[in-house]
Amino acid sequence: MPAFGTSNVSRPIYGRGPSAGLRFTVYALLSLALMYVDQRAHWSERLRYGLQGAAYPVQVAVNSPAAAWHWLTGSLATRHSLQAENEQLHTQVQTLEIALLRQHALEQENMQLRELHTALPPLVKRWLVAEVIGVESGLLRQRLIINKGLNDGVHVNQPVVDGAGVLGQVAHVGPWSSEVILITDPEHALPVQITRTGLRTIAVGSGNADELLLSYLAANSDVKSGDELVSSGLGGVFPAGYPVGHITGVRREANQLLAQVRAAPQAGIDRAREVMLIEFNPASPAAPPSATAITAAATTPDDDAAPTTTSAEAKPAPASKKGAAAPAKAPASAKTPAPAKAPAKP
Amino acid sequence: MSARENLLVILFTSFVALVLNILPLPAWLSAIRPAFLVLAVLYWSTMQPFVAGMALGFLGGLALDVFQGSLLGEHALALSFLTYLALRLNLLMRAKPIFEQSLYVLLALLVYESLLWVIDGWTGHAQSNPLRWVHVFTGALIWPLVVGVLGRFHSTR
Repeated sequence: MPAFGTSNVSRPIYGRGPSAGLRFTVYALLSLALMYVDQRAHWSERLRYGLQGAAYPVQVAVNSPAAAWHWLTGSLATRHSLQAENEQLHTQVQTLEIALLRQHALEQENMQLRELHTALPPLVKRWLVAEVIGVESGLLRQRLIINKGLNDGVHVNQPVVDGAGVLGQVAHVGPWSSEVILITDPEHALPVQITRTGLRTIAVGSGNADELLLSYLAANSDVKSGDELVSSGLGGVFPAGYPVGHITGVRREANQLLAQVRAAPQAGIDRAREVMLIEFNPASPAAPPSATAITAAATTPDDDAAPTTTSAEAKPAPASKKGAAAPAKAPASAKTPAPAKAPAKP
Repeated sequence: MSARENLLVILFTSFVALVLNILPLPAWLSAIRPAFLVLAVLYWSTMQPFVAGMALGFLGGLALDVFQGSLLGEHALALSFLTYLALRLNLLMRAKPIFEQSLYVLLALLVYESLLWVIDGWTGHAQSNPLRWVHVFTGALIWPLVVGVLGRFHSTR
């Protein structure tokens, strides 16, 4: 094992083989090269892909005690609790069925209002249930590892939701697993809209699983506690109208131009064991416009013409940019990909 | 014990430390969790400097990069540097009583976390959260335990 410097034990204390300084220089240069490649060149995605594949067995192994416990408690559940759960699911299905009935009626009505004579393609082309097999333990990092990868058709920037709302998006894809960046990660910014007023802004992750920050709202903007947030459809990752969260606190100070607004995410960020990966039909007008085709809010009527520009090959922003677009960008400049960094001020 | 056996022990304990490092824990436990792999690498490169070389530091750091999703090479650089320090200064540290060793470990972890902090800042992931320094102190506190456990795997003479 020459790599570990152990070729012979009997050698003198110092002075055989390359010196520690030289070896450190080699490893430091190697690390620096890796960092450069990972930061600047996007072909390191291939390297990450391989490493993620290599890491998968360990992740599964580390997760196995938790998974086994879950399985054990599930299979030892009492008849009583199963009955209760069954009953609850039954009522839930009924509620959802009724809501769905209403939705069909609304879709019909919407079509009539838009004077469309052909049925629109459905928004969701296919969806995939994935299991959470790990969380990244880095401080403030809000990332999940899920057990679906390229072999299951997962791609970078694919939206991830749970039953309650938006959870995040895929950041890196491995062969059998992928890394999901959650909306509460400090490096994630999500274009949102306040449903009560229609005000658009950006929700940045705070690093806590139960908090989002809306840092770019002016002090005089019309927000208050309890306002609902939905995705605004800008940014090219999430379609408009998916529930994101609700505002929990607004603080305005006399000498500050911006209000300090906090929101709580709707999705079970730190509770989710199963998540859903959604693939949208690019031909549907409600699908998120690609980053190169942002002209207006996705809810404006004229985006019926947009689908032709949002072709399937139109990829959202590269992985390092978390798909957040600046809503304040003028339509004229929309041909260049919108910057991922949040704008300085609305 | 031969160097080959030692190497197996080192690789095994480092792997266990890595698993402890990436095990999902509740948030508050995760905040005070010491960097087990860093402590293990530090231990082996001080106590067995010719068996656990810098390659262990580099590969261990790379594993941390992969599992924590940080910039590739970030932890690898910091941990190689720490191994380098340990290889150069192991004679200084080995003979000291254990609580004095803890002080050295505190310094080493401080250097390690500072390096990560600088790299984070340079690459635009700056996080000025004070919680990131907590593991430096918990790591130094837990050092006697690390010595007690890992010391059982080899003859300290």
